[in-house]
Amino acid sequence: MSRVGRRRLSVAGGLPPAMVPFAVLALLFLLLPVVGLVVRAPWRTLAAELTSPEALEALRLSLVCATLATVVCLLLGVPLAWVLARTRVPGRAVLRALVTVPLVLPPVVGGVALFTALGRRGIVGRWLDEWFGISLPFTTAAVVVAEAFVALPFLVISVEGALRAADRRLEEAAATLGADRWYIVRRVTLPMVAPGLAAGTVLCWARALGEFGATITFAGSFPGTTQTMPIHVYLTLQRDPPAAIALSLVLLVVSVAVLAGLRERWLGTAR
Amino acid sequence: MRTRAGAVLTAGALLWLSLAGCGGGDQPGDGTASSAGSASAASLGTVTVLAAASLTEAFTTLGEQLEKDHPGTTVKFSFAASSELATQITSGAPADVFASASPSTMDQVVQAGAAAGDPVVFVRNRLQIAVPAGNPADVAGLADFATTDLKVALCAPEVPCGDAADRAFDAAGVTPAPDTLEPDVKAVLSKVSLGEVDAALVYRTDVIAAGDQVEGIDFPEAGDAVNDYPIVVLADSPNPEGATAFADLVESPKGAAVLQKAGFEQP
Repeated sequence: MSRVGRRRLSVAGGLPPAMVPFAVLALLFLLLPVVGLVVRAPWRTLAAELTSPEALEALRLSLVCATLATVVCLLLGVPLAWVLARTRVPGRAVLRALVTVPLVLPPVVGGVALFTALGRRGIVGRWLDEWFGISLPFTTAAVVVAEAFVALPFLVISVEGALRAADRRLEEAAATLGADRWYIVRRVTLPMVAPGLAAGTVLCWARALGEFGATITFAGSFPGTTQTMPIHVYLTLQRDPPAAIALSLVLLVVSVAVLAGLRERWLGTAR
Repeated sequence: MRTRAGAVLTAGALLWLSLAGCGGGDQPGDGTASSAGSASAASLGTVTVLAAASLTEAFTTLGEQLEKDHPGTTVKFSFAASSELATQITSGAPADVFASASPSTMDQVVQAGAAAGDPVVFVRNRLQIAVPAGNPADVAGLADFATTDLKVALCAPEVPCGDAADRAFDAAGVTPAPDTLEPDVKAVLSKVSLGEVDAALVYRTDVIAAGDQVEGIDFPEAGDAVNDYPIVVLADSPNPEGATAFADLVESPKGAAVLQKAGFEQP
């Protein structure tokens, strides 16, 4: 899908035959659980599960929050990736390791960490509450914050990789032709890293959509405000496992449809 | 080369995601502990117990007791929401004993044919109002749960503690205004101990287990929201002998004493 993909393709001709079984195994490994879901899904009651108001509400909330979280990640993550890829900040290696912390933290711990920072008694949240009367936990905003927290590293790492790989000579050429910094960013650098940016955005959105642990810890679970689809599926699993399977399929189908749709569009412009 | 570094990083990130996402419970197995079985009591091997989250402290103590009484025995626990455990059992999780926080979740297991005998109710648990230490919001009773000013956490209606909470509110004629409906009682409790909610309904035993960070307030309608806890040996138990020994210990006077100390009531 990117220059990475294209380079791989050129290598693919020389793919050692020994690797083929592993590739097939990898594909099976990824797809078999999904096949299991499809086989076990209660197809007869699927329509009813699909259109239950709770499920639709949770799905809507999931899509809205994941998208908002992705926007937040783009706004914050691209500049951070830039700093990590292009500047000589002291301790950059440490900084880069710190960025991956949300990936390493068990999501539930991430949620507790968010409490200690932004909760009512958190180091920053305390003042938000005292000065502005803003209490973040248990709100839809908290869902977005939790999702952005766990998804941001995906965007930063992808974009940073793309920025490092980008050919800086093109930017230099633009500069010698009199383009200012913003113009170069918009017309040279960003188009150059577009595939990496797109991949990072997709990963970020997908991670946000599936987020469970940090969300249920920091934002809680209340239908309509904080109960996203993964939480709804989890709770349904306690009561009615077949229905939970149906609901997870809905989430699966929607996310695959969105990602496939975007990929089409992005590939169209990226090429 | 740089491109490849980026790809490797991304792949690494994905790997981390999958690792972080699947921090699962202990995989129950029946490793045969090499026992230097003493003359008095032989090793019972490995006993895997699935129990309601609210039983964590009491059952851990009883497990240690069984390990002490039968040297070489290992008791493994998986504590979670009863409904979640019931789902695991009916999906074929290899375990020996199931202790549930409600008869209805136990029924799921019995109806699926996964119980070896009739479940026995061994304790009852009562709800209590939990507030952060010092009761900053001056919560006095169930009526306070209806005010939207307070941050309130309850269990989701899908899990036993949520079901019990519903019964308590029905009895009190109060319509609660919760800010969050949590998937299990320990999740509710953690929000109280973090001070992020002003009030919650949890079991009395959870308040005791939480120590100084949480205060409990009794309320008159708690009598309408008492949960029975049944225990049963599972039909597919890889270690029926050990399973029976654990269940017997739980139902014995010794077990009752430990459970009572944790705040449970005898049925």
